[in-house]
Amino acid sequence: MSKGPISSRITGNAGGAEPPAVVMKDACVRFGDQLALEDISLTVDEGAFITILGPSGCGKSTLLRLVSDLVPTDDGEITIFGNEVETARLKREFSFVFQDATLLPWRSAIDNVRLPLEIGVKHAHKRPKAVSNLSPEDLLELVGLKGRENALPHELSGGMRQRVAIARALICKPRLLLMDEPFGALDEITRDHLNEQILRIWKETGITIMFVTHSIPEAIFLGQKVLMLESDPGRVRELVDVGLPYPRELSMRETPEFNKISRYLRNLLETC
Amino acid sequence: MNIDKNDTSSKVAKNNSVIAIIFANSWLPILAVIMIFVIWELVILIFGVPEYIAPTPSAVLETLIEERTLLFHNFLPTFFESVAGFFVGNLFAVVLAIAFVHNKMFEKAFFPIAVFVNTIPILAIAPILVLMFGNGISAKVIIAALICFFPTLVNMVRGLESVSPEMIELGRILSATKSEFFWKIRIQSSLPFLFSALKIASTTCVVGAIVGEWIGADVGLGSLIIEATYNFRSPLLYATVIVSSGLAVILFVSVTIAERLIVRWKPEHIS
Repeated sequence: MSKGPISSRITGNAGGAEPPAVVMKDACVRFGDQLALEDISLTVDEGAFITILGPSGCGKSTLLRLVSDLVPTDDGEITIFGNEVETARLKREFSFVFQDATLLPWRSAIDNVRLPLEIGVKHAHKRPKAVSNLSPEDLLELVGLKGRENALPHELSGGMRQRVAIARALICKPRLLLMDEPFGALDEITRDHLNEQILRIWKETGITIMFVTHSIPEAIFLGQKVLMLESDPGRVRELVDVGLPYPRELSMRETPEFNKISRYLRNLLETC
Repeated sequence: MNIDKNDTSSKVAKNNSVIAIIFANSWLPILAVIMIFVIWELVILIFGVPEYIAPTPSAVLETLIEERTLLFHNFLPTFFESVAGFFVGNLFAVVLAIAFVHNKMFEKAFFPIAVFVNTIPILAIAPILVLMFGNGISAKVIIAALICFFPTLVNMVRGLESVSPEMIELGRILSATKSEFFWKIRIQSSLPFLFSALKIASTTCVVGAIVGEWIGADVGLGSLIIEATYNFRSPLLYATVIVSSGLAVILFVSVTIAERLIVRWKPEHIS
């Protein structure tokens, strides 16, 4: 299991001889003269759920874009399940959920879920298990949208649209799910509900999740560990172990343990 | 199921209420139009205005019915020129917009020329085109095409570029090729923009065809307008104007119906 001196390691609930989901070694990103991310070293094991917090502009989103081959590394290296990021992208090892659902407004919910099966077909042979054993219908059921298959995006609420986006992200059976403030634009009740759903999906599929948020309670409620980034330049400040047992319930947020870690993170965030 | 039933029944109710609203909203303008016609008729009768200066609405209506064969024979060429110009101009604009979006160098080189062509008043360029292409139908089609071209070019470029940055990132994550992204995402995203341009073009192409006929033609609504004016046949002139405007309405409504059928979704960016 242990692989030498890697600074931050997040152990998941799967384990085994497989290479870790994400390994970052001294990764740096520059935007012009500005250093956006500096010396990020991180290992995320398969099956882990890590949440990422930090002051705005610290490079939380850039970190996810680095992992997903949207932003190139200027220094250091990143592997995903032992592969280069580009290979991992072509193999559809990961998928991405944005803050905006990013659905095609002319396609029904079910056709939006099918989109990944229709594009990038040139590289389909690189994906051994290209299609999930879950059909688009099953996936909409998994996210609680059974019966709304033929609804167009404008007929769905913001929370429902985001659930369609999650179903779409799962269609190619990725092993890593990258989520960039996916519930940031939703109201609190919808967000709580989707937080519970995402934990259920994580448990049922055994997928690895990296989840960027700006909400401390959300970060604690979801993650096994919280990665705190500091800004100027973006660096790992601390990897905080949440240590609360799963399954987690919303009522947990009232417990002294939850408040203690929340206070700790809030103080940490103020000094970042 | 219950929810579905409620949805459809509420939709029916909504449709009914929409019709009711249209009626409720339109009786006032209809009444206003009738009043204007009545006043117009009375003013002409009371003040004894000669017919060649301003005909009464009833005389115009009479001409519309009596001269329907003449009007229809002149309507057809103008209709054909407008529609042909509409298709040529918009097709050319769409193709050029696609080229612009795919090649920024090309856009930089040719967009200023497109702007320049657009700044030339159509009335100034029409005689040149008639000289070049003769008295036949082609000059009118080209003038109608030219007048449609620019608004569609600008709107189509905007439409093709209306894809959100996140959608572009999604395409990259899914390893979409340029052509997959274009056909599955860009083209559809541009449709609401395209249709708002086509609605403009559907009325301006008629203007183009008529202007072309003014310069030189033996047939068509434009030439009938000139002929009726020179012969002081004012009721015929007014009737021709009404038919011309009817042609524009037909084209506008056709485009609107096509839009309703093709774009059934609500775009996120415009509205």
